[in-house]
Amino acid sequence: MTDLQTLPSLPPYGMAKEEKRAFLTAELTQLCDWHAQRCPEYGRILSAWPTRLEKAASYEQLPFLPVRLFKEFSLKSVADEALHKTMTSSGTTGQQVSKIYLDRETSALQSKVLAKIVGEFLGKQRLPMIILDSSAVIKNPAMFSARGAGILGFSIFAREKVYALNERMELDVEALKAFLDKHQGEDIFLFGFTFMIWQHFCAGLHKAGYQPDLSKGILIHGGGWKKLADQKISTERFKAELRETCGVTRVHNYYGMVEQTGTIYMECEHGHLHAPTWSDVTIRRPEDFSVADKNESGLIQVSSLLPRSYPGHILLTEDEGRILGEDDCPCGRMGKYFEIAGRIQRAEVRGCSDTYEQKA
Amino acid sequence: MSKKLDCLCGEVPAAPVKPLAPFSQEAMGFLSALSARLLKDREAKAYPDVITFAFFCRRSSLEKMRQEYDGQLEGRLGRGICFHVAPSNVPINFAYSMAAALLAGNASVVKASSRDFIQTRIVCRAMAELLAGEWSCLTSYPCVVTYPREEQELTERFSSLCDVRVIWGGDETVRRVREAPLKPRAFDVTFADRYSLLCIRPEAILAMDERALVGLTLGFYNDTYLSDQNACTSPRLVYWVGERQQADRARERFWNAVYACVSARYPVEPVIAVDKLTAGCRAAIRLEGSRMEPTQDNRIVRVLLEELIPGMEDVRSPGGFFLEYVDETLDALCTVVDARYQTLSYVGFEPEVLKRFVMERGLSGIDRIAAVGHTMDFSLVWDGYDLIRSLSRKVAVL
Repeated sequence: MTDLQTLPSLPPYGMAKEEKRAFLTAELTQLCDWHAQRCPEYGRILSAWPTRLEKAASYEQLPFLPVRLFKEFSLKSVADEALHKTMTSSGTTGQQVSKIYLDRETSALQSKVLAKIVGEFLGKQRLPMIILDSSAVIKNPAMFSARGAGILGFSIFAREKVYALNERMELDVEALKAFLDKHQGEDIFLFGFTFMIWQHFCAGLHKAGYQPDLSKGILIHGGGWKKLADQKISTERFKAELRETCGVTRVHNYYGMVEQTGTIYMECEHGHLHAPTWSDVTIRRPEDFSVADKNESGLIQVSSLLPRSYPGHILLTEDEGRILGEDDCPCGRMGKYFEIAGRIQRAEVRGCSDTYEQKA
Repeated sequence: MSKKLDCLCGEVPAAPVKPLAPFSQEAMGFLSALSARLLKDREAKAYPDVITFAFFCRRSSLEKMRQEYDGQLEGRLGRGICFHVAPSNVPINFAYSMAAALLAGNASVVKASSRDFIQTRIVCRAMAELLAGEWSCLTSYPCVVTYPREEQELTERFSSLCDVRVIWGGDETVRRVREAPLKPRAFDVTFADRYSLLCIRPEAILAMDERALVGLTLGFYNDTYLSDQNACTSPRLVYWVGERQQADRARERFWNAVYACVSARYPVEPVIAVDKLTAGCRAAIRLEGSRMEPTQDNRIVRVLLEELIPGMEDVRSPGGFFLEYVDETLDALCTVVDARYQTLSYVGFEPEVLKRFVMERGLSGIDRIAAVGHTMDFSLVWDGYDLIRSLSRKVAVL
């Protein structure tokens, strides 16, 4: 495996198709071995898997774990003494959450790689940062939720930061005004979760009748479209709303998950999500998990070279999407680019195993 | 009366009703009239489950059930009012539950699924018409209602009214319904989560001609995929009883035939595909030595076990996920069978031999032994209960 110093120093979007394929295959195969020797549960899955590791001609033939497994089992490849922190997904109340175990090495890799990727969009300088969320999110250290982790993770790009929302999730107009006065004429980094931005920031600006000038802003947002899609809010509508309320035009969505923190998929100027050097997306057909063609929709598998303290390097998500191309996006970045269609839906079950249907 | 309560047919009994004798003329007459009406119903034709129920209620079929008791029901009367909580997912179950209670001599309040199943409407419409006409004497005997599960006060009301409560569905349902108190002499007949399996002699598969094999796999399809493998009777474990190499040949032949049957009828839901992969990984982690078998696609997902391990029953998924085990004898069953085990279906066995095995080993589970394709067949003996005897009382002369 590539050593921990070299790995994060690679250029984020500089590896062409064939080279990247060979690189990922070699690295991920070794990672499979690494985890099989350190995580007994993962070792058993490899032994039970219908195909053998040594026969895999490419990383697409390596075993993929359903992401849900991290909700059911504590999967770790390090001794408990080496654990640095445990990340949890921010599931809704009552839902099981994923538990991701990080040691210092994996945690440091994640920060370094995230910095490399986001640096491509924000520049090398650290910027004044407005967090479009409430400080309350990170004030409860008992649970290191995905939202808190996201805010802290992206705070490394901040020179100085302010929270746009108070603890009651209301717009803090005074704080914003003071912050913008102080940083007049500078580029501003805006960060938040898609739904929170829509629900609390945009709506808060309307309510307050406040129109800050954020035309020098660069917004990075993530967390998924599900709640906005439920309200029939399109990407265009979201972007138009931001442009009209505060003048921000440089808006980048990202796709990522707590199970593979660090290797996020950033949206480029052309609206495409891009796989960086350290990770990849593979689309699998639900019928037989074979690899789908370009433009064909299927289940998204994410592969990442960062997870060393837990066997989360190759994961089958419950998201659907399709590959739009590789190495040929007009933005000039190498690697696959793709789009997300959303989460797969659970159909009604038949059978007599449960009498009490859930309230809709 | 609550606004949430919807009465589909009959009347909720206001006063104690007169119990009838098992297989009374009234019950047999009403059910056979219902059968005739359903068999003539145009809309019903599209629903094989309604038609199967109609055949169950034909006079000749009822007569046969009565004869099986061979006069042993003398001196029995129904217990009074049965309150049934029917499963939400199997549309026709409520009708069988009601029919069994009526044949035992009882009036019923049946809580049918609050989902709007056409099958429920067809059967209730036919019953309502009969009760409005020549069968008005039975008006408060078959009463079918629906209401949302959250209306616990309705469950409490019907529970306080009944002499026997019949609860279908999962463990969670049984627990919730049981929170509603019963009259001191009333009791529950519960049908909780169960586990079912299929045992096959490899030589029986290898000896079959193509036609017989196709028939067998269709029966297997009906036992499993037809209900998304969610029925408590659906086998989740396939136990091959024979020598290893022969079993491997039979397994290949059997699963190829199942695939041919399933591929034409059963689409793969993406969520179910992920469910099954997750169950495969769960098997790998929890059941040491297990192997995910290579299959054509995600319609059939199989895990071959090295040994039967208690707790393997929890490694399950709907929609075509099977554990497989090969052994020379059935003995390994004794290490896992507990009270959760319900239906044992078979290929190449004499059912009496299997019954004897259950009896001689004193197994605490396995209540039903059924040929492949018949695991869902309703019978008056279900989950180990003789419904006619459980739902009636015997008058003793000392």
